[in-house]
Amino acid sequence: MKLPVNIDIAVTHITKGLRQTTVASFGVALGVAIYLFMNSLSAGFSGFSRDNIFQNNAHIKIYKSDEISQPLLPENDSNSLNVILNPQITTRSKTLINPADILQKVKQEPYVTNAIEQIDYTVFYNRGSTQLRGSGIGVNMIAYSEMFNTQKYMVAGKIMDLQGNINGVIIGSGIADKLNLNVGDNISMSSSYGISKVLKIVGIFKMGNSIMDDSKSFVNLSTAQQFLKEKASYVTTIYTNTIDPDNTTRYVHQLQTITNYTVEDWKTTNADVISGDKTRSTMMDSISLSIFALAGFIIYNILSSTISQKINDIAILKATGFSGKDVIKIFIAEALIMGIIGTIIGLMLGSVLIFMLSKVYMGGPVGYFPIAFKLSLYIRSFVLGVMMTLIAGYLPSRRAANVDPVEIFRK
Amino acid sequence: MSNKEIIISTKGLGKYFYDPIKFKVLDNVSFDAYKGEFLTLVGKSGSGKSTLLYCLSTMDTDYEGELTINGKLITGKKTNELAAIRNESIGFVFQFHYLLPEFSCLKNVMIPALRLGKYSHAEVEERAYQKLSMLGLQDQALKPASKLSGGQQQRVSIARALINDPAIIMGDEPTGNLDSKNTEIVFDIFKQLSQEFGQSIIAVTHDNDFAKASDRTIEMADGKIISHKKMF
Repeated sequence: MKLPVNIDIAVTHITKGLRQTTVASFGVALGVAIYLFMNSLSAGFSGFSRDNIFQNNAHIKIYKSDEISQPLLPENDSNSLNVILNPQITTRSKTLINPADILQKVKQEPYVTNAIEQIDYTVFYNRGSTQLRGSGIGVNMIAYSEMFNTQKYMVAGKIMDLQGNINGVIIGSGIADKLNLNVGDNISMSSSYGISKVLKIVGIFKMGNSIMDDSKSFVNLSTAQQFLKEKASYVTTIYTNTIDPDNTTRYVHQLQTITNYTVEDWKTTNADVISGDKTRSTMMDSISLSIFALAGFIIYNILSSTISQKINDIAILKATGFSGKDVIKIFIAEALIMGIIGTIIGLMLGSVLIFMLSKVYMGGPVGYFPIAFKLSLYIRSFVLGVMMTLIAGYLPSRRAANVDPVEIFRK
Repeated sequence: MSNKEIIISTKGLGKYFYDPIKFKVLDNVSFDAYKGEFLTLVGKSGSGKSTLLYCLSTMDTDYEGELTINGKLITGKKTNELAAIRNESIGFVFQFHYLLPEFSCLKNVMIPALRLGKYSHAEVEERAYQKLSMLGLQDQALKPASKLSGGQQQRVSIARALINDPAIIMGDEPTGNLDSKNTEIVFDIFKQLSQEFGQSIIAVTHDNDFAKASDRTIEMADGKIISHKKMF
């Protein structure tokens, strides 16, 4: 035992007051465990809902927004006449001009990891007299799958089979069920431009999202162009993935310098989901922090009563030459030892909770319970746990430092 | 006696108590104590002798006048400096032995020396054993302090007061709680310390025999020194 004397005294207090140490450590452990658990839940949920968004949303999309007609003559003053009084949408075509060039420029940006062209169009799926309305997507299927991981959701057929197959289509499972179709069957599809085609189903996907499964279908770019009676350069949207989806605002500004078309990130497109996420994580944060504060109060309380009990000892220490600072060090060391033990137990307890919940099968597209196992959360919980015990230890130890030994000895 | 080295000196020491009413508990107390002197403070209850001792001890800083220890002015120093001075040059023995109950006797003796940090841990332990055996307690060293008898505890607290070889040892009724046999032991130790080691002893006592046997007795009444001599 070659510890510094202040620490030595703290360790003796802790080992001799085992019951109090246990209660205090357990309090911290509970606080830390719940904090870690709830934050992992929150992070898991956010991750899950973000994954959901990125199932069919890229980080950034570039498209042509509708243009509103402007007055031919600018309004000079209130007396002048406007030539066009009734602003209207003047977009003739949704196409991006020279998309290959834009795509190439976008891909050259250092923060862009992937970019693809896409055509969105309205389509009807027909069988006999049955007609389903839906939305078609014209893409290079392999590039698309790379970006959105469509491969993962295929329940029949293969993505590869659509590549270069202008008569092939991949449809959602909802469409397949309703029209009683399977891989290898033909499906009749018609566009709002009156073009009708019979395509062969090469694959069926199921994303667990009825909006997707009941309406979406994938065809090659050229097939989509034919549906729309457009030429080979027709593309409506460029989707871009970046290295950091949290930082898209900056990338949007940079991409906007390349092109005049509307550049929009996923946060803008999914503002409702994001604000829902924020609300939930704020709620989780406040609940877990309250529990944390409660654990801090337990430590504070226990140290306060320890100090009241040991007021004679403190007076002796001060009489024999310990300064107020030494006394503070002794009690902070006690708080820290209890805090670190409690925090470590709390992290283990939290891990057990996280592990147990991650093994709960929720079914459907969710699968196993989405709970995050993040190192950064462990570090944050540890730092917060130790900080809390430091504060909870410092406050009562200041009182101990101010003990007047004369007052104690005179009693 | 004036040719002796002055170890502690007060000039016009005054102190008030404010609760329940303003009351002058020390009134213009001036005296010197010398190196190697065994000094006792006597007086009726409420005469201010304990209060004087606590002012001398540097623990009580709320007084008027000047206090000098070892030629250095103590009055006005910060509490941390005072703690360091106490640690190094003053040893205390209290009426109610006041040991730390969670520590062994040995550890109780060692703690002030570990705080001082002048010697290594092993040396401090060696010195603590030495002090305990001087007081006949070597066999009790590793027992928890709370397991000892009152007399033994008082001797442990004397060992603790001696561990840093302080210039001054102060006692607040050091024998007040002891039977005559233990009182005699404590007295002999004090006598030995002052004579053989040149340490000054200042002890508040009610015990006339104890006071009688000391080198000098200061008698106090109503916050004033009324006599510097032996009155017995």
